[in-house]
Amino acid sequence: MTSFFDAIMVLLILTNLALLGTSRLRTCIHICALQGLLLGTLPLTTTIELISFRAFLLAGGGMVMKAIVFPRLLERTLQDTHVQREVEPFIGYSISLLAGIGLLGFSLWLGSRLPLPSMITSPLVIPVSFFMMMVGLLLIVSRKKALTQVLGYLVMENGIYAFGVAISPEAPFLVEMGMLLDAFVAVFIMGILMFHINREFDHIDTDRLSVLKD
Amino acid sequence: MNAAYLHLPVALIFAPALLSVINRIKALFAGRTGPPLLQPYYDLAKLLKKGAVYSRTTTWVFRMNPIIGLSAVLVALAFIPFAGSVAVLATKGDIFILAYVLGLARFFLIIAALDAGSSFEGMGASREAQFSALTEPAFLVGLAAVSRATGGLSLSEMYGALSFQTWMSIGPIVLLVAAAFLIVLLTENARIPVDDPNTHLELTMIHEVMVLDYSGPDLAMIFYASALKLWIFGSLLVGLVLPIHGANLWLDALAAYGGMVIMAVCVGVIESCMARLRLLRIPQLLVAASSLSILAFLLLLR
Repeated sequence: MTSFFDAIMVLLILTNLALLGTSRLRTCIHICALQGLLLGTLPLTTTIELISFRAFLLAGGGMVMKAIVFPRLLERTLQDTHVQREVEPFIGYSISLLAGIGLLGFSLWLGSRLPLPSMITSPLVIPVSFFMMMVGLLLIVSRKKALTQVLGYLVMENGIYAFGVAISPEAPFLVEMGMLLDAFVAVFIMGILMFHINREFDHIDTDRLSVLKD
Repeated sequence: MNAAYLHLPVALIFAPALLSVINRIKALFAGRTGPPLLQPYYDLAKLLKKGAVYSRTTTWVFRMNPIIGLSAVLVALAFIPFAGSVAVLATKGDIFILAYVLGLARFFLIIAALDAGSSFEGMGASREAQFSALTEPAFLVGLAAVSRATGGLSLSEMYGALSFQTWMSIGPIVLLVAAAFLIVLLTENARIPVDDPNTHLELTMIHEVMVLDYSGPDLAMIFYASALKLWIFGSLLVGLVLPIHGANLWLDALAAYGGMVIMAVCVGVIESCMARLRLLRIPQLLVAASSLSILAFLLLLR
């Protein structure tokens, strides 16, 4: 079963690298949805002996939110704002990919240095969750569009979720649900905010917002 | 007797047939009948009968290129293990010999293209140099990952140690390397997402533009060398994806040759379903291939 778990981990890494390398906004949203789907399966694979009601609820809630609700919200924002379909990065795609590989190496090193509780399901899960948080940060700082910044925020949240699942027996259920709700509200508000920014300024390029003066 | 002595002549004879399998698959997708399966052999025979024409601007470099290219690929082929057998020229560290022998062939291809004095060929040479510099990390790091996973130092040891047990234990990692090798195969053999082997007069072509000035037996040698190159990269990919080393030598060989045909069919399907990438996007694809290899290697280092 660890092999299956590792396969999901490798797929998660690949979705992160794909996010760094794709140029289309819509494809980015779809990759994010796929990532949510993969993350949703994690609670089911960690507790294989006793698939509890709690694990099901966690998996189901996560999947519905991250693979269906968030992408739908973001796609609607994309349609409403009529933005260009390109991501427009500050850092080129190839360089971002290489930076992603560098971050992965760093997080593997970091993961090997940390003293961990023995309950960890796979040694890969901690580095991968660190990696996801860092990729999320990289997406936030290196992309121009407000929409990709929301995606970066989501990827970061996914990383925290993966971290939480790794130490699942210790983390209370309410915290996880609360986190999911927070992310939902954030995406919802950011969608509305982007719509208003777009209506006011005809674009959602964040670097051009910084030249505004009151 | 080592089975590799049987696999080598088979490779020499049947390598052009892989090209015709690819062409037949493409014809099938386009709804055409396609050329006969022996068409590459007819082409080779026709070219060998003709005389060669040399431009007055060319020097000995231009005339040496087909010979060096073909002999380098032949040497490289002798290092390739097939169907789990030990290769004819297996030594420790032959990964690097393989990479640099192929690099030598590419170097002569590039300077011969520059030697022809055509600005068109110069563009092709520049692109070939750029893209091959980006493919090599993907190829070498991928091989290093396989070496790390199996503990072998020569290609024959590495591929001999691969089995379905490897797939069970580190399947995702082997899959990553296989994906990187597929991209390397498509790039090195000038196949579609990177380069179109059918176009001879397009501004964005890479490999075909560099051999525009060759004719007759020289072109036949280049054509044959590229068929052998497809066989080399194909057998590295097939050895990774289908590591069948049972007790029966004949069954192993059958599986490996079947794998080669399947590989050719896959290349044909990819060529039929995909458009060529924009020239600016190709480095991105190659960096992605490199990052797959590096990812596999990093995961194994853990």
